[in-house]
Amino acid sequence: MNRFLLPLGIFGLLVVVLVIGIRHSPEKGIIASPLIGRSAPEFSLPALMQPGGTVSTASFKGRWYLLNVWGTWCGECRNEHAMLLRIKENGAVPLVGLDWKDDDAQAQAWLAQLGNPYESIGADRSGRVAIDYGVYGAPETFLINPQGIVVFKQVGAITEEVWTGQILPRVKGQGSR
Amino acid sequence: MLPELGHFTLILALFLTALQAFFGIAGPALGRPRWSAAVIPALAGQAVMIVTAVICLEQAFITNDFSVLYVAENSNSALPLFYRVTALWGAHEGSLLLWILLLSLWSLAVAMRSRTLPEAFASRVLGVLGVVSFGFLLFTLLTSSPFARLDPPAPDGRDLNPILQDPGLAVHPPILYTGYVGFAVAFAFACAAMLEGRLDQAWARWTRPWTTAAWAFLTCGIALGSFWAYYELGWGGFWFWDPVENASFMPWLVGTALVHSLAVTDKRGLFKSWTLLLSILAFSMSMLGTFLVRSGVLVSVHSFAADPSRGMFILVFLAIMIGGALTLYAWRAPLLKSPAGFELGARESFLLFNNVLLVIAAATVLAGTLAPLISDALKLGTLSVGPPYFNPTFMLSMLPLTALLSVGIHAAWKRGRLRDSQRALLISFVAAAVAGTGIVFGLYARGSLISLIAATLGVWILISSLVDPVDRWRRGLSLPRAVVGMTIAHLGLGIAVIALTTVQSFTVERDIALSPGESAAVGAYTLRFDGVQPVEGANFNGIGGRFVVSRNGHPVAALNPQKRQFWVQRQVTSETAITVSRGDNILLALGDDLGAGRWSVRMQIRPLVSLVWLAALIMAIGGAVAASDRRYRTARASVAAPSGAAPEQA
Repeated sequence: MNRFLLPLGIFGLLVVVLVIGIRHSPEKGIIASPLIGRSAPEFSLPALMQPGGTVSTASFKGRWYLLNVWGTWCGECRNEHAMLLRIKENGAVPLVGLDWKDDDAQAQAWLAQLGNPYESIGADRSGRVAIDYGVYGAPETFLINPQGIVVFKQVGAITEEVWTGQILPRVKGQGSR
Repeated sequence: MLPELGHFTLILALFLTALQAFFGIAGPALGRPRWSAAVIPALAGQAVMIVTAVICLEQAFITNDFSVLYVAENSNSALPLFYRVTALWGAHEGSLLLWILLLSLWSLAVAMRSRTLPEAFASRVLGVLGVVSFGFLLFTLLTSSPFARLDPPAPDGRDLNPILQDPGLAVHPPILYTGYVGFAVAFAFACAAMLEGRLDQAWARWTRPWTTAAWAFLTCGIALGSFWAYYELGWGGFWFWDPVENASFMPWLVGTALVHSLAVTDKRGLFKSWTLLLSILAFSMSMLGTFLVRSGVLVSVHSFAADPSRGMFILVFLAIMIGGALTLYAWRAPLLKSPAGFELGARESFLLFNNVLLVIAAATVLAGTLAPLISDALKLGTLSVGPPYFNPTFMLSMLPLTALLSVGIHAAWKRGRLRDSQRALLISFVAAAVAGTGIVFGLYARGSLISLIAATLGVWILISSLVDPVDRWRRGLSLPRAVVGMTIAHLGLGIAVIALTTVQSFTVERDIALSPGESAAVGAYTLRFDGVQPVEGANFNGIGGRFVVSRNGHPVAALNPQKRQFWVQRQVTSETAITVSRGDNILLALGDDLGAGRWSVRMQIRPLVSLVWLAALIMAIGGAVAASDRRYRTARASVAAPSGAAPEQA
């Protein structure tokens, strides 16, 4: 046996570990977020639809909600919008919007035109809250449980499969207990 | 149109690197010198194409072209011009382009110096570099093009991550990447030697300056990153054993081993197969680092835009490149014969131990970095590996290393009679023990056994580093830059060991509650609280604490840490106040209002922490000086005329 083959053998083992690592890493397109399993960062933002009001995480404690990060400058958000309206119609879990680095007037016009799926919307004008949540691209959605823990994160638009396969089972499973 | 031009030039560059790789490797293999002659034009062509692509992307950033997705995601029209330029490498796609650009520039530098190399060998080196360039270009074009369009264009960009809006961003990634990518040169030299089936001392001499230069850049880049995290991000520490930090540290450890192994191969013609293996490993670690950062298999504060499909691509590329090189190694390395042996106590032995310990250190870091992945895959539960694992295991290999350095530097090449230098060893050790104990007890009036040992070893390195230059000076020999550089780098290491010891052993951190007018003793300092006052900012208001830090009754500094509330989001941030006194880094953070004017405050005193970065910078300077030695530039003369017909040096 050639001792010079040893490095190749060790490297082979390493590749196997890494392949398992990739295979095992969450489903395609879903980036494991360090936030999952932890408390959702608290925020208190000016409410987009009620001048002078605020939207804060404290008011959602005790129930499930979806925190959806969006902006009028985001093309994919427009595609996602129809799905969000269906989620609102379904009524299983309320949607809270985080209007990310947006112009208030434009955002209000967008909702007037396309319909408003959100229960309330915080205007994150400078993007600080999005940083706390580690948002890297819109749309991005966090599923937060009644204890205020982030249980799931969707990067990119919510699709029918994500809604029925990932979000609903989590909300239903917990709710029936 | 410019983004399309950029995309197009990248595609052209892909074809040119394919030509560079093919002609470079096939030319000498099939004995067609005219094929080899096409390598440098192909390389020059791809470099021009890549530079054009970078200019196109920069142009999109500078002119706020938000129809380009990458620009819309990482810039904003309100962003200052400087950050619009540096935003190019603010995320994945652009960093990859920077990687490719730097590889292209390293390849050009090798080509410009290739006249001192035999033609067939130079052709193979550039060919292997072409393969690496090709792989990364293919990766960029297939999975992460920075030129993808956004339709309809965004009215404004999403802005650069505010954490990255800092001058540190401008310098840290390019310097770090220059180091990373530089190891590709050593890798190419190793592959070329294996393809040729010949490896001699001249080979080591050609490889040395490139490796040392890459190592110096990497050292500097890591230090800058650590400095930046401490001062700007206020993470409250200088090293976190984060996967991405480890990704840059592993190539550094292996690269350090390689620099030393190359010295033995150059001077004595030994360790040939070992040096080859380290050349492959150093670059493998760089590639592995890229994989870990990009694939998202590990979650880190640094990971941006991770994507499993990208991870798979890099992994396949990694398997082909590294697997191929290691296969070549298994085939060729047994043919290499070492011309001479050495005795157990000779300097070669110590350098061998150095190599083994550095590789062990890199392996323990790798194991710790991958452990969460493995335990997750084997369903053993989520595992978090942090400083409690890394600090002791790392020290376990590093303390013997520092001790061996001091002993080994007293040893002569080839002959193993340490007895000759027994007296010098004893004297320098006793001096180091006295000085080390003096530092620990003199400055901090207390000390654990481990801090005494570490401080002693640090001082011992400082003393031993001077052995070689002093010996040469006494014998009336000249001091070549290689020796000066080595001495500087070793002095830097000694300073680093001392500074790390004091930081690890004597950092004081306390939370205290104070009413206005009250004082508290923290370490050697006294902290007096003079009350709070409101502060107004452009987009926030807040509260500033007024504190005076004094030592032995003499005021050192007035510190004003703040708590800011940003009025848009009502978010509260804490602005720490930092000052440096007698080498101590004092950090003050305002805590909570406890009522009745009482406030909680956190004070941290980190002794000599600034020296850690200074030491790293000194090491990098040492590397740069050593890499510029004339001896490496006149290598051809000594190879062409081994009989000594032409004098190698004046």
